[in-house]
Amino acid sequence: MRLTLQIWRQKNADDTGGFSSYDVDASPDMSFLEMLDVLNETLTEAGEDPVAFEHDCREGICGSCCLMIDGRAHGPEPGTATCQLHMRKFEDGDTIRIEPWRSAAFPVLKDLVVDRVGLDRIVQAGGFISINTGSAPDANLIPVPRDKAELAMDAAACIGCGACVAQCPNGAAQLFAAAKVSHLALLPQGQPERDQRVLRMVEEMESAFGSCTNFAECEVACPKEISIEFIARMNRDYVSARLRRG
Amino acid sequence: MPGSLKFHQSALGKKVIMAASGIVLFGFVLVHMLGNLKLYQGAEKLNTYAEWLREMGAPLLPHNGAIWLMRVGLLVAVLVHVVSAYQVTRLSQRARPLNYKARQTLQATYASRTMRWGGVIILLFVIYHLAHLTWGSVHPAFIPGDVYSNVVAGFRVWWVSAFYVVAQMALGFHLYHGLWSMFQTLGVTAGDDRDWRRKFAVAFALLITLGNLSFPIAVLTGFVS
Repeated sequence: MRLTLQIWRQKNADDTGGFSSYDVDASPDMSFLEMLDVLNETLTEAGEDPVAFEHDCREGICGSCCLMIDGRAHGPEPGTATCQLHMRKFEDGDTIRIEPWRSAAFPVLKDLVVDRVGLDRIVQAGGFISINTGSAPDANLIPVPRDKAELAMDAAACIGCGACVAQCPNGAAQLFAAAKVSHLALLPQGQPERDQRVLRMVEEMESAFGSCTNFAECEVACPKEISIEFIARMNRDYVSARLRRG
Repeated sequence: MPGSLKFHQSALGKKVIMAASGIVLFGFVLVHMLGNLKLYQGAEKLNTYAEWLREMGAPLLPHNGAIWLMRVGLLVAVLVHVVSAYQVTRLSQRARPLNYKARQTLQATYASRTMRWGGVIILLFVIYHLAHLTWGSVHPAFIPGDVYSNVVAGFRVWWVSAFYVVAQMALGFHLYHGLWSMFQTLGVTAGDDRDWRRKFAVAFALLITLGNLSFPIAVLTGFVS
């Protein structure tokens, strides 16, 4: 299949950047990233600078492959990261526009690569539990009700790719923060630091990202299909933490 | 810094304030619509109801006492609602300085996407509505105290009625997304039936919008005269 790609090219963080057009021959069986690999091979052979894009595991769990494809984070296939998207989802002769995540908190480093350290800062602010390290504790030492465990796992499925921020018209990181807050708040191990965790993480989130207006775009963009129900949970946790701690 | 101040300074706190003031304003538009249904009971009932609003609470409260207490409450609710909305909007605009060349809307509703400008339309409408039927300054034949004749004479002007209809539709969309967002912001999760919050929002937005739309239409069609 023959495709035209409109790709954002930007030399470095200071460059203003712009779109460049490329024609590429791809097989419908290729993944989206393999199609970009083919393009980059052609560019390299021609002595041009290959398109920089982030990727690592290529099996949908690392959250590195952040591409805005035709205005949709991770492209047209629901519940799928870019690396798991296949070219058979496109038609021969299609023009595909590929852009980096757009957020004040995600500065473009080069081409399609952005700095997502803003998400790490939210986790650093409280997305952990403080325990003494040592030998592994016995399994099932702390009982967890099954429904809570399932819900916590749904939240913990977040791979931190930032698609929620990228898709949100407000550039809000609510779904990411809510997933991180909720998966610990649902478990017994998360209780001792529950209040300070949500207060600190929300404060850090608001220092760099926009404010949620319940468009619910994030929920559809999320490759792990994390529900905005977790945002309601985080809001509730935040208000009760403020009431308890003043 | 005291907790209450920190709460107010956070965007999440502002959204809770918007939800709380929104509940007050929702209660008002609901009661306002229900009260106006007296239009269908004739001039005497409607005008007596309007007079009762001014006498409410007597002899504990002076004439016009209760109505002014409510007006002050509503004014405060409108102010904090609008100021909070403006502040969180600015935060979001700063968070996305450069937009996408290609943009797709995945599931955001029309109501959610028109929240901000819809709110501005409603605010302008409220100012016009007060000048029209409370102060009477833009009304062709305003008679203080005769609510029934003011409403009928006012709505007989077709373009005035048209503006009311447009504004009520804007209010309907705003209420729908606002009511649904209220649950989300105040942390009321849906649980197993994910749709009940949407159903609640649709039901009340429709109830208020259809009720309000009926008044100008009833006058224009001659059902009320």
